[in-house]
Amino acid sequence: MTNSSDSAPNSLSRKGQYNARNIKDWLTGFGMGVGGIGVIVAIVLIFFYLLYVVFPLFIPAGMHKLADYPLPARNAGQTLHFTVEEQNEVAVRFTDKAHAVFFKARTGEVIQDISLPVPAKNSTTSFAHGQLSKGQVVYGLDNGKALVVRYTYKITYPDDKQLITPQIEFPLGNKPITVDRRGEPLLQVSLGSDDEKNTIVALTQDKRLLMVRLQKAESMLSDEDEEPRYEQSIVKLPAVEKAASLLVDNEQHILYVAEQSGHVTVIDISETDEPKFIERVRVVTENITISRMRFLTGGISLLIGDSTGVTTQWFPVREAEGFRLKRIRSFAMTKGSAVTDLVTEQRRKGFVTANALGEVAVHHSTADRTIMQKKLADEPPAHITISPRADTLLAEMKNTDFQFWHIENEHPEISWRVLWQQVWYESYEQPGYTWQSSSASNDFEPKYSLVPLAFGTLKAAFYAMLFAVPLAIMGAIYTAYFMTPVMRAYVKPSIEIMEALPTVILGFLAGLWLAPGIEQNLPGVFSVLVLLPFGVILFAWGWHNLPANIRNRVPEGWQAAILVPVVFLIGWFSIGISPLLETVLFSGDMRQWMDKELGMGYDQRNSLVVGIAMGVAVIPTIFSITEDAIFSVPKHLTFGSLALGATPWQTMMRVVLLTASPGIFSAVMIGLGRAVGETMIVLMATGNTPVMDFSIFQGMRTLSANIAVEMPESEVNSTHYRVLFLAALVLFIFTFMFNTMAEIVRHRLRRKYSSL
Amino acid sequence: MMREWFKSGTPWIWLNAAAVSASLIIVFGLLLLIAVRGLGHFWPADVVQAQYSRIGSQPERVIGELVETEVVSLANLRTAGFELDSKEKFINRHLLKTGNRDVLGSDFRWVVDPYLSDKQFPEQIMVLERREWGNFYGYLKTIKQAGKVVAEGDKSRPELQQRMERVLDLQDQIHDIEKGAIGDINYAIERLRLNQRRLELDGENTPENLQALTVERKQLEKEYATLQQQLGELYTAINRDSLTAEIMNGQTVEIPLAKIVRAYMPNDLSLFGKIGLYISRLWEFVSDEPREANTEGGIFPAIFGTVMMVFIMSLMVTPFGVVAAVYLREYAKQGVLTRTIRIAVNNLAGVPSIVYGVFGLGFFVYFLGGNIDRLFYAEALPAPTFGTPGILWSSLTLAILTVPVVIVATEEGLSRIPRAIREGSLALGATKAETLWRTVLPMATPAMMTGMILAIARAAGEVAPLMLVGVVKLAPSLALDGNAPFLHLDRKFMHLGFHIYDVGFQSPNVEAARPLVYATALLLVVVIVILNLAAIYIRNRLREKYKGLET
Repeated sequence: MTNSSDSAPNSLSRKGQYNARNIKDWLTGFGMGVGGIGVIVAIVLIFFYLLYVVFPLFIPAGMHKLADYPLPARNAGQTLHFTVEEQNEVAVRFTDKAHAVFFKARTGEVIQDISLPVPAKNSTTSFAHGQLSKGQVVYGLDNGKALVVRYTYKITYPDDKQLITPQIEFPLGNKPITVDRRGEPLLQVSLGSDDEKNTIVALTQDKRLLMVRLQKAESMLSDEDEEPRYEQSIVKLPAVEKAASLLVDNEQHILYVAEQSGHVTVIDISETDEPKFIERVRVVTENITISRMRFLTGGISLLIGDSTGVTTQWFPVREAEGFRLKRIRSFAMTKGSAVTDLVTEQRRKGFVTANALGEVAVHHSTADRTIMQKKLADEPPAHITISPRADTLLAEMKNTDFQFWHIENEHPEISWRVLWQQVWYESYEQPGYTWQSSSASNDFEPKYSLVPLAFGTLKAAFYAMLFAVPLAIMGAIYTAYFMTPVMRAYVKPSIEIMEALPTVILGFLAGLWLAPGIEQNLPGVFSVLVLLPFGVILFAWGWHNLPANIRNRVPEGWQAAILVPVVFLIGWFSIGISPLLETVLFSGDMRQWMDKELGMGYDQRNSLVVGIAMGVAVIPTIFSITEDAIFSVPKHLTFGSLALGATPWQTMMRVVLLTASPGIFSAVMIGLGRAVGETMIVLMATGNTPVMDFSIFQGMRTLSANIAVEMPESEVNSTHYRVLFLAALVLFIFTFMFNTMAEIVRHRLRRKYSSL
Repeated sequence: MMREWFKSGTPWIWLNAAAVSASLIIVFGLLLLIAVRGLGHFWPADVVQAQYSRIGSQPERVIGELVETEVVSLANLRTAGFELDSKEKFINRHLLKTGNRDVLGSDFRWVVDPYLSDKQFPEQIMVLERREWGNFYGYLKTIKQAGKVVAEGDKSRPELQQRMERVLDLQDQIHDIEKGAIGDINYAIERLRLNQRRLELDGENTPENLQALTVERKQLEKEYATLQQQLGELYTAINRDSLTAEIMNGQTVEIPLAKIVRAYMPNDLSLFGKIGLYISRLWEFVSDEPREANTEGGIFPAIFGTVMMVFIMSLMVTPFGVVAAVYLREYAKQGVLTRTIRIAVNNLAGVPSIVYGVFGLGFFVYFLGGNIDRLFYAEALPAPTFGTPGILWSSLTLAILTVPVVIVATEEGLSRIPRAIREGSLALGATKAETLWRTVLPMATPAMMTGMILAIARAAGEVAPLMLVGVVKLAPSLALDGNAPFLHLDRKFMHLGFHIYDVGFQSPNVEAARPLVYATALLLVVVIVILNLAAIYIRNRLREKYKGLET
């Protein structure tokens, strides 16, 4: 690097100056090195940053124990159910002695031990919780009555410090509600509630299934503080043999009854007056029993844990005769050990199971995977619960000590299957590829299949290439080989300048001018395709037969110029006869005709429009590189061929194209890379619906347009955000690969030419 | 003979030629389409009046500008519910811009030619460009001052002219106060609030310090009150006059002059009058702010934002691009690694721009910006300062996007400089750095220029990444203004390309806004084509220049 300074004169008088120069030289070299490498590193950073953001999607989940402590308020009775609140500070334990014990989740210190208003002479016989996010539980009593309890947490900030105060409320009054007028003990209960009505279903000791519906009465006075009054009706439901447990869905439309025989009976309870039996389904095989039945969040899917450690997901699927409960997928734990407890996350479609070996496993339903499995102790946990944010697991062990675990499980909903394979989503009739990333509600099942987007991307690129490749390559062949140099000097830059045309302008024209234009003149567009080649050849034939003195006025190599008006007129004519064609061939309306005769729907902003607009955007790229490749084929090859008597066309096809074919390949690759990544055109010229339909008259949504549409709304570091980064990474790798391939081919070609 | 002709391959050559012709038609057709539609918009079109008598309904008067005409088949019209007893199979259908959205419900109306009769172009038809509800078409009836009629019939026209001048003058004053003085005061008050918060955070909120701020705030509030009062007076003055006019369905409407931007009678204008109006509208387009959700008025903020963003970007991209190119070509050891880097850099130019946008949003906005906010702008939190999309991040993102362009162009220029020149310089005793500074770089300047111009041209037309990192449909204030520190790199900005997307696709009244989008597109195309032509020209000059040296 510094060999130039070694040879510099080294006289004493110049030494100072020389040193200064030397230092300057060194500094420049250093600066350039640092700067240059810095810029290159900065560019490479893009790739690594994308990777860095995407990476957490694929980090396995983990959990570790933070604390364990003895059972809080042991005298209050045995735990029936317990939960922890949002901040992981306070937990509540409901016991069989009708106590609600609030305690600090991290230490077990009792905050409050509340005795619920169950009459002294009665005892509790059954218990159930409603929708977890509503914080309601129901006790069934031995006198045929039931008590509904709600727990809430009030957060205040005295002295700028957070204080969580637990509260117990009785939404249906603090007197137990009569379920069974005969006063039989309630062996099983279930609760469903919303703002308008509440439903309690109970199984009495003499095997009757009863439903109490409490419909909120219209209040005459619109007084906010007034206690709501309920109209109560008790209905006898169809009897179910050996009912083991009951579940009412969120909307209080359906009751699921699990039976000891391994069946689930489905009863329609949407109409209070006439409950209907829908079906009875065997959910586990013979000799296996149902050990737990819970709703996945949202109240659509049933999760059924059995005595062999398998949990299956079921939901109603629409069929010809109505909705039928279908087995969707299953999740396994250590074989042979029964599922002892099953809790669901409140905001995601995940759930946790515990088995008799003292293990817990975290699963995610949509992703169809078991994320992790961990042994808590050698004995089975009596109860487990998971916090609303799904970052804490509390477990009560059989020997009555409590464990507090922290869970790191940020992105359970992503798996290879979710991204690239068919998934059966809740309420869908069959498995499919769907992209539907967000919705307002917490119960929503996000659908992150990249397949429709990748499909849309390739579809758009395919139609663009279909339009661009023939035009660009044919044009390049003519320009490089047949056109006169004078004309070439103008034509080449003219087409190349189109490359600089902002795609937003092409997109705008495509969406607002081309799309309605094509819709109006559909037959005309297709007639151009047919008429143009024939018309041109016909014209050429006519030209060939013109008297020589007229023909010779235009020298060779100006055909393209002569053809400009011809092509223009053919185009004009085709569009002009479009209404006529439509009337004659398609009875007045081609779109209707297609719909009726071919069953093809027509979308105004469709692939045809995108193909043309994006084709226009990639023509210059392909044209320019192809033209260069053909033009730089060594001239002695063509001269040799011509000298041997080949016609120019034969020389073109057999010598020039063959030699230049790697260059043309690389042109197509680069064009494809551009079409795949183009955003604005597809954003503006398609409907942006992520459908999987290859029809040329339907729209699509591409990866790039999807990023542009959804990125600004996605929450930083959420799964959605990271999946969008993944989409960007896929685009990056895809185009980078295409371009590198093209570049290597081109380098090879250049070396080959120089050796020829 | 025909077979022979086919055998010779001539028809195929013609077919290839046709591909060139088609491409040329597409290129120039597109440019022509944009130019005609874009420029045509400013021409004051004649307004037609006609009787429109549909079968089975009362004849009515229609007034409007003819926007376009298309041919439809009778069958199609019939299915659309038109009853026609025409012998012709195909019928002309016109799109009329009838304006008066406030009364008629929409700006446009399709009319079928055979129903039209008695077409004429009355000289008295008046067009009003309004601040709300789009254009007005109709006949001027009276001029009112404070509710009383002051001019009627023929006299009202000169009266209108005169009073419009007064109103426009008042409008300017109001605009100056609202945008200028009051904007400045609001900015200063916001600064004070942040200063106070800063003091609190630093624990220096002593009574003296707070006192100083309070005094300043009192002062500003007093100024604000005076300005408010002035504004109130101006508003009373501007709302004094109004006019009444009759629209096509015979209804008379009253319009305050304050709501009018421009009033003219197109059918009565001479050619020069029309040219004058044309120039005035064109000027309004490039120099004024948008009105009515961007669908009318000018696009000055978008021009300004684009230029500003591109300027900041080129300040960053040129030095870094050149340094990287010089390093790769002059300092790095030429080998497999350098070649790989070169290919990689080249390929980055082909990576989709949206990917850069995603990177910019994640890295610059959320990561860098978020940290800057935490360190230096803690007083404004939770409202982000740099942790939100803005012009600085947009420029940086586009700089990364375009740096490969500069590198490639500069490298090409460097590679064209003959070895003999470098060796000559070294042989004369110059150090490598001196050789670089005095001979190589000056000779490569045109190449760098080319690179920079190409980078600018690419950046000016790029929209997709900007949608993620800083562009908005309507920026309340420009990134450069009279409030210290004058340059506000954290602000969001408007951009020509995004303006096209937004107005063309997101606006409530696409049909009315369409000409404006064409005009915006034309402006953008012209700028970019000129930049590219300049780059091509410089590149060709450069090649010529070194051709002699290479031998």
